[in-house]
Amino acid sequence: MNDDDEKPTETPERPAPRRWLAGRHASSAVIGVLTLILGFGIAVQVRANSGSDALSGLREDDLIGILDNQDARAERLRQQIAEQQRNLAQLQSSGDRSAAARKQAAEEQTALGILLGTVAATGPGITATVTDPKSQLSGEDLLDVIEELRGAGAEAIQFGPVRISTDSAFSGGAGAPVTVDGTTLTAPYRVIAIGDPKTLDTALNIPGGVGSTVRTAGGALTVGEHKTVTISAIRALPKTKYTKPAR
Amino acid sequence: MIAGAALVVGIILGLVLRPTVPGWLEPYLPIAVVAALDAVFGGLRARLDGIFDAKVFVVSFISNVLVAALIVFLGDKLGVGGELSTAVVVVLGIRIFGNAAAIRRHFFRA
Repeated sequence: MNDDDEKPTETPERPAPRRWLAGRHASSAVIGVLTLILGFGIAVQVRANSGSDALSGLREDDLIGILDNQDARAERLRQQIAEQQRNLAQLQSSGDRSAAARKQAAEEQTALGILLGTVAATGPGITATVTDPKSQLSGEDLLDVIEELRGAGAEAIQFGPVRISTDSAFSGGAGAPVTVDGTTLTAPYRVIAIGDPKTLDTALNIPGGVGSTVRTAGGALTVGEHKTVTISAIRALPKTKYTKPAR
Repeated sequence: MIAGAALVVGIILGLVLRPTVPGWLEPYLPIAVVAALDAVFGGLRARLDGIFDAKVFVVSFISNVLVAALIVFLGDKLGVGGELSTAVVVVLGIRIFGNAAAIRRHFFRA
């Protein structure tokens, strides 16, 4: 750019009629008008460019590009919304499923707890009292009482202070003290069983059954049917040492 | 002197009147302004060189503006308006720089 000798404005000098812009004042006026227009244009353009609406000064191509960008962005955001809604629905349904699973697990826990004797139980049932004044009844005879009750559909049984479960065992008797699961019992033996009262009563008093065994031994078996009996004795949860659930 | 005063008056007018640029003029106004600036700098240089001619200045001013607008218009029609606008601004900017350098040499001898 140094010392370029070209004419400053590069406009070829044509021979023009001399009367055009001849006077000094006329040429000054035209120059003044042109520069005035230039100043006006500069001010207008600067103002238009610094306006709050940055889009108004842009070209059509740029506007189309911006619009495309916005469209693509909106589309992306819509996809994100759909994805998040799917996630939400998924989480909600899995939440429902886990709630159902929890409910089922709680029901199973209750049922198994009653069967295993880890929870107290209440319901219709019977109370039976077995007297044994001569200490003639053996553990086996008392086990028969449990077997009869189980056979009649008793769901929970308490023998004396002991909750009867699947692994309950009787021992001793016939002179020696009778023990159930290590607990020594003394006559009269009180038995509580939950189940259909009539069926349980009938099972205990069936001819040739437990009742006659007790009477033969010199004792007595009295059964009372109740609308509600409560078994409050509980057992500790049995722990398996070797067995694991097979999947 | 008249030119400088008119320039200032024009700027003040533009700021005071706050006209809105019509839509069809929007792409051309910035280019036209740059082209006119080029003519003004050229005229100032010629004045300092002592070869200023009012007729040359007026013709170059108007033709500069018209040609620049024409190029932008043509570029818009051809679909390369943005690029051609940039090209025009670059060329005119180079010329303005050259003229400004000559003017500077006049004033500062450097």
